Order: sequence, then C-alpha cells, then structure tokens
Amino acid sequence: MNWLINLGASTLGKLSGLGNASLMLWGGLVAFPRLKNIPLIIQQIYVVGVQSLLIILVSGLFIGMVMALQGYTILVSYGAEGSLGPMVALTLLRELGPVVTGLLFAGRAGSALTAEIGLMKATEQLSSLEMMAVDPLRRIIAPRFWAGVISMPMLALIFSAVGILGGHLVGVDWLGVDSGSYWSIMQATVDWDKDVVNGVIKSFVFALVVVWVALYKGYSAIPTSEGISKATTETVVFSSLAILGLDFVLTALMFGIN
Amino acid sequence: MSDILVDINKMHFERGERVIYDDISLQVRKGGITAVMGPSGIGKTTLLKLIGGQLTPESGEVLFQDENIHQMSRKRLYDVRRKMSMLFQSGALFTNISVFDNVAFPLREHTGLSEEVIKTIVLLKLEAVGLRGAAQLMPSELSGGMARRAALARAIALDPELIMYDEPFAGQDPISMGVLVKLIKELNSALGLTSIVVTHDVTEVLTIADYAYIMADKRIIGAGTPDEIRSSSSELVQQFLRGNADGPVPFHFPAPSLETSFMGANK
Repeated sequence: MNWLINLGASTLGKLSGLGNASLMLWGGLVAFPRLKNIPLIIQQIYVVGVQSLLIILVSGLFIGMVMALQGYTILVSYGAEGSLGPMVALTLLRELGPVVTGLLFAGRAGSALTAEIGLMKATEQLSSLEMMAVDPLRRIIAPRFWAGVISMPMLALIFSAVGILGGHLVGVDWLGVDSGSYWSIMQATVDWDKDVVNGVIKSFVFALVVVWVALYKGYSAIPTSEGISKATTETVVFSSLAILGLDFVLTALMFGIN
Repeated sequence: MSDILVDINKMHFERGERVIYDDISLQVRKGGITAVMGPSGIGKTTLLKLIGGQLTPESGEVLFQDENIHQMSRKRLYDVRRKMSMLFQSGALFTNISVFDNVAFPLREHTGLSEEVIKTIVLLKLEAVGLRGAAQLMPSELSGGMARRAALARAIALDPELIMYDEPFAGQDPISMGVLVKLIKELNSALGLTSIVVTHDVTEVLTIADYAYIMADKRIIGAGTPDEIRSSSSELVQQFLRGNADGPVPFHFPAPSLETSFMGANK
C-alpha cells in the first residue's frame, strides 16, 4: 500500500512543481514589456549569450570539420563527394545546430543561471528584493528569461554558420572537394523555410525549455549547498533530456509527415 | 488611526506538519521598539516574513495600519511593503554591486529622483550608519558588522515607517554589537520609526526595547516592558533570561527514553 501512497505523493509533488514553474514562467512573460527592464535584458544577453560565444564557435567549427571528414569518406566511395556541402549544411541547420547549441547552452549558461539564482535565494537576496517591494520575477527572472530566449537562436545560427565554414575547411581546402560544387549544390538544396526557419524554431523552443528549467530550478532550490548543487545538476540533466525528446517531436512534426 | 502599527490576531501557522505558531497575538506600537525574543529555531524570522506578507498564516490575521496583509491584492501588498523594510540576518546585500549602489537600489527602483539627489540621500544614509567612507567598496570587502550596517542604510533609504530587524546582533563582536544597539535606538527616535527586533540576545535588546515578547514552544510565554519581563514570576521567562540549560524548555530534543532507544537498537 505504501508504494501507492508514495506514487500519489510524488505525482502531486511533480504536479505542484509544474504549477509553480508555470506561474513563474507567466510572471516572467508578463514582465516583458517594461521599458525599465531593457538594460537588464541587454546585460543578461551579454552574460548568457556573448559569454557563450567562444564555446559555440569552437564546438561549431570542430563539428563541421568532423562531419566533412566523415561525410567525405562515405560519399567519395559513391563518387558523390560533391554533395558534401548540402550534407554538412542540412545536418547542421536542421539538427546539430539547434540540438548541440541547446546542450552546450544548458551546460554553460543554464547551470550558471540556476546556481546564481539559487545562491541569491540562499543569501536572502530574493527575499530582500520582495521586502523592498521589487518583484524578483520582474527584476531577476524575466530579464534572464528573455535574454536566454533571444540569445540561443542566434547562437544556434552562428554554430551552423561556423560549422559550414569548418566543413569547407576540411572538405574543400584539405580533401579537395570542388569549392564551386560545395557552395552551389548547398544553395540549390537548402530551403529557407524548411531548413533555416525550422532550425530557428527548434532552437527557440529549446531556449524556452532550457531557460525555464534553469530559472525554475534555481528559484525553487533548497537554499543550502547540497540543494544548489542538486538543482544545478538537475538543470543540466532535465534540460538536456527535454531537448533530445523535444527534438524528436519537432523533427517528426516538421519533416516526418508529408 | 490607532497607535498600533502591526496587530497580529490569533495567528496560526504551520510549516509542513510542524506547527510553528499556535494562535499567537501580538501588537506593535507606533514609534516604539518592540522586541521579540526566543530561543533559536522557533521561527522568529518566520514571524517577520508573515508580517511582510511573504508567508501566509493558516488562520488568524496580520494587520498593518489596520489593513489585513494577507487579503490585499498583490499590487497593494507591494505598495504597503514600501512602508516597511527588513534587515536580514545576513544583510542580504546584492553582491554584484557596490555598497553605494546597494543603498541607491530602492531609491532608483521606486522614486524618479535624479542621480544628484539620489547621491545626496545615499551619502546621508551611509553617514547615519557611519559607512560613508565605504561607499565604493563591494559587499565582499565588508566585515560582518559593516555589511549589516550597510544593509541598515539600505533599509532606511526609503524612510520606511516600520523596520524589522532579524537577529541584528547574532555573530557580532562586542563593539559591532554596541554600535548596532546604538544605531537601532537612535534611528528609531531620530527618524520616528517603529522597530521590531527579533533576537535571542536578551540583555542587549532589553536595554533599548519599549516592550518585549518572549516566545517559546509555539506560544508567547511572556510580554511586558523590560522591567516587567525581568521581574516576571514565570519559570519559563526566568529560564530564558538567565540562560539555564534545562528547565521548562527542556535540554533534550523530544525522544523516547534512553532505555527504549537502546533496547530498540539491540533488536
């Protein structure tokens, strides 16, 4: 009988957590239009976006390079190495750009957000904001939320662009694929709406999830060292799993059903 | 308007399964310093959070200027909170901005004052707590006592009517403690504030309080002016004042008898 009670209790706990997270998200969304918050958002875009650039650039470059190398060895046996360009570009734009950026973003910025908010809670800074009649949802959560949602799609595009250049570096400059066919077949194959826009939509959805999880985990963290460490781990684990799961769903919706 | 600023009526509060307050009533008089004393861990901070509307009681009411805190709209609550301020035990300064910006924070958030005026106000508030020279320091560069004084300057920045001190003396050296006692007293009379001081440092707070409540075991066990408290015949109150290890408030956390525990362990 006990397991049934536990099941009920844990389901209720999860549901109330989801409810609280939704309320927090609502607070974050509603708080957007305030003009006063714009400088705060820009400051956070610098922290979560600009400071994530290096890891995105390096990862994008190497993933593009590896893909060109792997793709070349397979394609060349069919004499189809001219299709290296579209292969690299489509894989990056449709899948790897949004997904890998999401995962990196969760590890780089998501964990930092959770730890920051969790520590603000532990040191009573959030409480003291409330007592100063400043809503922490508006002041702390909302700017970080919007900064993440604005930055991540851009980071994903930068990731794909750098990856395509990395593919060019290995495929064309090193392995000798014809530069003209690399670019021209890519141009002929990549579709703006189907590939680029869908990739941006994906990364937008991933951004929502990562930032939401990160902020909620920080905001609801138990204000002790173990609590914050647990919350930070959960942010990375939950948002990574959510990205991979949602990626399947989104891919099925965008490319699977014709 | 009555001269009661905060009126707590038969308030009942639970956290999880644990009862923190069992129908307590407490009044805070305007212009005075009200001390709330009690052993650690009985939820004195919780009391301040209930007054500030950060927590909601199970039953009973908390009135601030004759208005029920927990029945206000969110907007009204935020308006009312501008009239109160709280000094947290840790100070709760924002660690990423300087002392000056910390004190300026509530002014920048809530007033449309120019930077010139804000600068003047901030320096005056810092002067009042003796930290004008530390304006450009970061909170991490302050000692514990200085951090609390800086937080005090921030708490009085908007000239509140009520200021709530959460364990202002905990972990302070004797000099910082003396400074804080003096500051609380002087600010209260100079700014016409009402103060609630929650603490377990009995001797210090009784020197400045106008009225004191002693809490233990989810209830208020004694109330009165400092003199009345000192001469109270209640054993509980006397144990608390003298700091006896055992008495009505037991030394042992409730547990089955030692014998039962050992016998149980043998099984």
